[in-house]
Amino acid sequence: MAVVVTPSAPVDTLPKRPNALWQFIKTQPLGLVGFLIIALYVVCAFGANWISPFDPEAIDFSAMLASPGGEHWFGTDQYGRDVFSRIVYGSRTALAVGIISAVAGCTLGALLGAASGYFGGRIDNAIQRLVDIMLSFPIIVLAMVVVAVLGKRQWLGIDFNLIAAITLPIIPRMERVARASTLSIVAMPFIDAARAAGFGHTRIILRHITPNIVAPYLIMVSASMAQAILLEASLSFLGLGVTEPTPAWGLMLSGASADFYQTAPWMIVFPGVAITLAVFAFNLFGDSLRDWLDPKLKS
Amino acid sequence: MLWYATRQLLLVIPTLAGVAVAVFFLIRVMPGDVVVVKLRADGAAVSEETIEAERKRLGLDKPLYQQFAEYMLGLPRLDLGKSLWTGEPVIKEIVLRMPVSFQIALMAGIIAVLIAIPLGTISALYRDTWIDHAVRVVAVSGLAIPSFWLGMLIILGLLSLFNWLPKIGYVPLWEDPIANLSVTIWPAASVGYRYAAVATRMMRSSLLEVMREDYIRTARAKGVWTRLIMRRHALRNALLPVVTVIGLEFAFLIGGLVVTEQVFNINGIGKLFVDATARGDFNLIQGLVLLIATIFVLVNLLVDLIYGWLDPRIRLR
Repeated sequence: MAVVVTPSAPVDTLPKRPNALWQFIKTQPLGLVGFLIIALYVVCAFGANWISPFDPEAIDFSAMLASPGGEHWFGTDQYGRDVFSRIVYGSRTALAVGIISAVAGCTLGALLGAASGYFGGRIDNAIQRLVDIMLSFPIIVLAMVVVAVLGKRQWLGIDFNLIAAITLPIIPRMERVARASTLSIVAMPFIDAARAAGFGHTRIILRHITPNIVAPYLIMVSASMAQAILLEASLSFLGLGVTEPTPAWGLMLSGASADFYQTAPWMIVFPGVAITLAVFAFNLFGDSLRDWLDPKLKS
Repeated sequence: MLWYATRQLLLVIPTLAGVAVAVFFLIRVMPGDVVVVKLRADGAAVSEETIEAERKRLGLDKPLYQQFAEYMLGLPRLDLGKSLWTGEPVIKEIVLRMPVSFQIALMAGIIAVLIAIPLGTISALYRDTWIDHAVRVVAVSGLAIPSFWLGMLIILGLLSLFNWLPKIGYVPLWEDPIANLSVTIWPAASVGYRYAAVATRMMRSSLLEVMREDYIRTARAKGVWTRLIMRRHALRNALLPVVTVIGLEFAFLIGGLVVTEQVFNINGIGKLFVDATARGDFNLIQGLVLLIATIFVLVNLLVDLIYGWLDPRIRLR
């Protein structure tokens, strides 16, 4: 019996690669919501001068504790400063501190994790013990120790020691993630090939390993932004972070506002909503990014 | 089980020693001079001699190894040095404020477990229904709302609804339970919300995972009652990761408490820590950080023991 071979239909073209952005929007609607909220904050941060109707630091004793209404949308505080304008300007502080410390913390953590996973052995062991210890302190406790030891150091209106305090707790968390990914990459043949080609350690880590841990890096940056904003707000609330008169959400909730629970509840409600919404958006975006970039990590 | 417990307990000792060393160096190795920060805090002009004298008074002029030896030898006797601000022994300051914080943390933990396990179970059982969606929204919000702001909202709510505020001042539970609870329940709820949210999410995803296991399908095929499957097969296995997350998050509960005590004006460990940080009282900071790290290690020991109890495979390994 003759074997009939039916020629398979020729594949005329490769399937069109779907547009990545469109895919993300279609599969992760919640991520899009998170992204839009983040975009709103970014617009507020850059366009603060045009958006806010009042100078955030301008004291107006004729409008002290004015309730929300036509002129002052979110009311005013005990110095007659416009709460809405302070929230808009506050997004600058929150995003600046958040972005700088999340990127710095994740970058340092990723490099440390890549080195730890790549070298293995004693170096890995030493780094892991250090990370274990750092992870056994609550984020805010670690940050407060840094604040206490370093004091304040302002430069261009940003307190760099505050940023250091927020960066430090992010490092070990990213380190763990980066190390785990590195371990699976180091086992791949192309790393052996790079070694055989005689490349140095630095080159292998920077050119061969780090490009492969970009996905977990991006996910962690987004998640760390949420952490950093929350931490900055908490520290400022405690009087250990941003100082007056700089508008910052945590600072708006601190100190005097507690005396105005009954007379001016808007001083408490609106800044808190701003913090919650920002943290919520970055968490949501980070979660969607994780599901989209790395479905294996989905829990 | 006894052997397993003893072994886990012995393993804690080197960890605690490591933590003690880490705390010492964390505070001393970081760039920056505590004395300078303390004395020149507001840009005050302080002479070098004054700084040197202060350093000498605090024993900071001694070589590092000597400071380290004194610190390590003091630890077994619970001698953590003296507060730089009040001059009282650090341990005394801590013991004074420990009960209220401990009680609030424990209450928050109980609230979280009581909410998370049933809520997470319901959410998993009614997956993708409106109940599940509602539970998940509540849980995701719990991760975003800062606990101190939730505390402020609670105060706001109590004031506008009942025109009543919790009293300031702590009465021990055994003296007047009602007065005690009327003060502690609010901060416990504020920090417990986040805790409950994290545990609920974990409970849901872990139960969903377990429900896909073969032994659950076998039990179903045998015709076992759903309720019995849940109780005997699913819940016990699903609880393991939840216990882990409850242990890990306990440290964050304390972190949340540090800020939330401020809102309710509770004179506990958190407030002490904030005051110590603001004043640069680094002996006190050192003692408190050590305390928090020790609690973390002990909670994780407890988690390990619960693990061994829940899963015989772990304790026999």
